Amino acid sequence: MEIHSLPIHRIHDLLESRQIGAVETVSAFLERISAIDPGLNAYISTFGEKAIEEAKLFDSGARDYSASPLAGTPIAIKDVICMQGTLTTCASRMLQGFVSPYDATVTEKLRRAGAIFIGKTNLDEFAMGSSTENSAFAKTRNPWDIERVPGGSSGGSAAAVAAGLCAGSLGTDTGGSIRQPSSFCGVVGLKPTYGRVSRFGLVAFASSLDQIGPITRDVEDAAILLQAVAGFDPADSTSVDLPVPDYRAALNQSLQGLRLGIPREYFIEGTHPEVETAVRNAIDTCRRLGARIVDISLPHTEYGIAAYYIIAPAEASSNLARYDGVKYGHRAQNGADLLDMYRKSRSEGFGWEVKRRIMIGTYVLSAGYYDAYYRKASQVRTLIRRDFLEAFEKCDAILAPVSPIPAFKIGEKSDDPLQMYLSDVFTLPASLAGIPGISVPCGFTSENLPIGLQILGPHFQEELVLRIAHQFEQNTAFHLRSPEVKG
Amino acid sequence: MDSKITRDEVRHVALLARLQLSDAEEEQMTGQMNNILEYMDKLNELDTKDVEPTTHAIELRNVFRPDRVEPSLDRKDSLGNAPGTDGVNFVVPRVL
Repeated sequence: MEIHSLPIHRIHDLLESRQIGAVETVSAFLERISAIDPGLNAYISTFGEKAIEEAKLFDSGARDYSASPLAGTPIAIKDVICMQGTLTTCASRMLQGFVSPYDATVTEKLRRAGAIFIGKTNLDEFAMGSSTENSAFAKTRNPWDIERVPGGSSGGSAAAVAAGLCAGSLGTDTGGSIRQPSSFCGVVGLKPTYGRVSRFGLVAFASSLDQIGPITRDVEDAAILLQAVAGFDPADSTSVDLPVPDYRAALNQSLQGLRLGIPREYFIEGTHPEVETAVRNAIDTCRRLGARIVDISLPHTEYGIAAYYIIAPAEASSNLARYDGVKYGHRAQNGADLLDMYRKSRSEGFGWEVKRRIMIGTYVLSAGYYDAYYRKASQVRTLIRRDFLEAFEKCDAILAPVSPIPAFKIGEKSDDPLQMYLSDVFTLPASLAGIPGISVPCGFTSENLPIGLQILGPHFQEELVLRIAHQFEQNTAFHLRSPEVKG
Repeated sequence: MDSKITRDEVRHVALLARLQLSDAEEEQMTGQMNNILEYMDKLNELDTKDVEPTTHAIELRNVFRPDRVEPSLDRKDSLGNAPGTDGVNFVVPRVL
């Protein structure tokens, strides 16, 4: 089997037992990136030489594989997370050329764990989008069908894992941006509980929703990556000071006795029939594995889209006020005065989706509209959160589709923002409630497009979500398929 | 049909947001914002009179720490990404 098709834990085993070398491993991925990525655009930048330098330290024995299960493995980072001395563009012209003066906490933690950074991945500009078509630089293509989107906003991270262009990656999820691209690309993606992972050094989009999480080839890898980045960080006062369990320890416990809830609002007209069939089959599999399946209701599900697309733009309009052409970022050259310079810089630097969200956010926060929109949406957020808390009295975790549709064609939804937003219907509620969720491969359409099963758990129950995903995965073979990508 | 937001309002919001839109962009933005804001009316189906708003999914407490000087970015790094500096300050177009 080729190195590029192996999960992190297998690569680490081979490295540790000296069956492969670190330089050999990193080179295999770099060569594959050179051959294939020009057709996929998963990466914005790669660190060829630097990665080889670091790999040499492992081959020479200067660094030790026993440091962590990530030691010596090539990892990609979404280009919205800071890495000292390297470009962090957020796929925006606004930050083209921006060099991070410091490491994000997650970057520093992975560095200490011995991960070898191989590159920064493409995304929708400032993580705003569901298709990675909003990148200012290039549209990432889905490795399963290059005419289709990889999902978004972490489309580059998901495509890179699916195509074997890294061993694992970090993405970010604000309203589904880890789970939906993982579903579209047939890989595993985990959005942790809000507060589980430090956001320090993550370029902010919507601060009450943003979370960093792993995108990997299998569930064990997701547990390994989460283990490395989870935990309280004094530099992020919204990170939560709770003990971090051993996420791999519980993976092998069976589903026997678990109550898994099926929310009727997630099985609705408009869902692609093959998606519904695959998810229903996955539910049957879990039943066969010993879980008790219970019907539940999350009655405010249909209001998630409206609430999210008020709250997230509101927070974004405030967060993105910092891009004023003064401290960093693009500055227009012909500003007549300071105000004119601000407006020209921002208008030249931001793409259309970002501008529209800033506009909506500014509008819903403005005098006279705040109560009707922002306050109302925040109240509905309470109802959505309450739905989940009540559901978790009847079940231990929830099974649902990730997205009502498989990967759509490039350009299919890009002219109609509302249509694009509606496709996020099944990922937004968990984000608003702050609970953890994972996407795990559960089938393919007749056109060979991956389908993801979403597993949602109570706050800080990543252990349980990972365990259910692992048990499902190890009793099915969907995660073993790889796309045929040609260079 | 009544529109949610007029073109004049879009122009005003653009000023508040420190954006500048061309005529064609103003028109496109007005159309798209109207579509989206009309969809948001869905929230009015719900009675939320006695519902407390949620601004954070996790309970947050104020975080205190001693008021002590800690190491921070040095001036060179802080100015490193600035489009205009004189080596000591950020430089912007004349304000007055």
